[in-house]
Amino acid sequence: MRWLRIAALLVVFGFLLGAAVWTRPFGEPRATGMDDHFIERSQEEVSANNTVTAVLFDYRGFDTLGEATVLFCAVLGVALVLRRWSR
Amino acid sequence: MSVVVRTVARLLLAPVAIFGAYVVMHGHVTPGGGFQGGAVIASAIALAVVAFGAQRLRKQKETLSVLEDVGATAFAVLAFLGIGVTFFYNALAGTGGLFGQTVPIGPNPGALNTGGLLPLMNWAVGLKVLAGLGSMVLLLGLLGGDDDR
Repeated sequence: MRWLRIAALLVVFGFLLGAAVWTRPFGEPRATGMDDHFIERSQEEVSANNTVTAVLFDYRGFDTLGEATVLFCAVLGVALVLRRWSR
Repeated sequence: MSVVVRTVARLLLAPVAIFGAYVVMHGHVTPGGGFQGGAVIASAIALAVVAFGAQRLRKQKETLSVLEDVGATAFAVLAFLGIGVTFFYNALAGTGGLFGQTVPIGPNPGALNTGGLLPLMNWAVGLKVLAGLGSMVLLLGLLGGDDDR
């Protein structure tokens, strides 16, 4: 059992080490089509200088809607957990 | 809290809130936006809760609730404005009207009257985030502890 644990630890450690060594270099993604589209077209399509805001509110608006829902659920959870229940 | 804390909080509240409003309003030109600016304004609310106590801000709970409703509704309505093409279509961009000015392609100093629906959505999300985080902090202060110093 003890040797099993040590072996599992070594396997996980080796996996993480390999992932750290053979990771892709920073700034060189495998596919750049989407990024280039946003960077080149956001000024003419959305007429906004801020590409991040253009992605956040225009191209990926649904994502922002979901984030707003998550925030609402967080407020709801705080109110629900801390509420003084009447007995 | 002590007199020192209350005085400093009274001095700092307005600048913090104004900086948050600035971040929200310039979201389509500079880094930042609705979420970030709303969080800054909510930090002002948290400062008020810490300095003055949650009980003194008990009445503001309804105000924050209304603000959150307004923000969420405005966001959904703005998203529906472009339903002729698709949901979340930027209907005001490049039309020449409100926030409809086009930007020159390439590096440029930036203009405030651009972005179409983006600034309006920034305001809506900013309202929603400041009300959401602010009411969360206020609820934690109101319901969390029994001692109110």
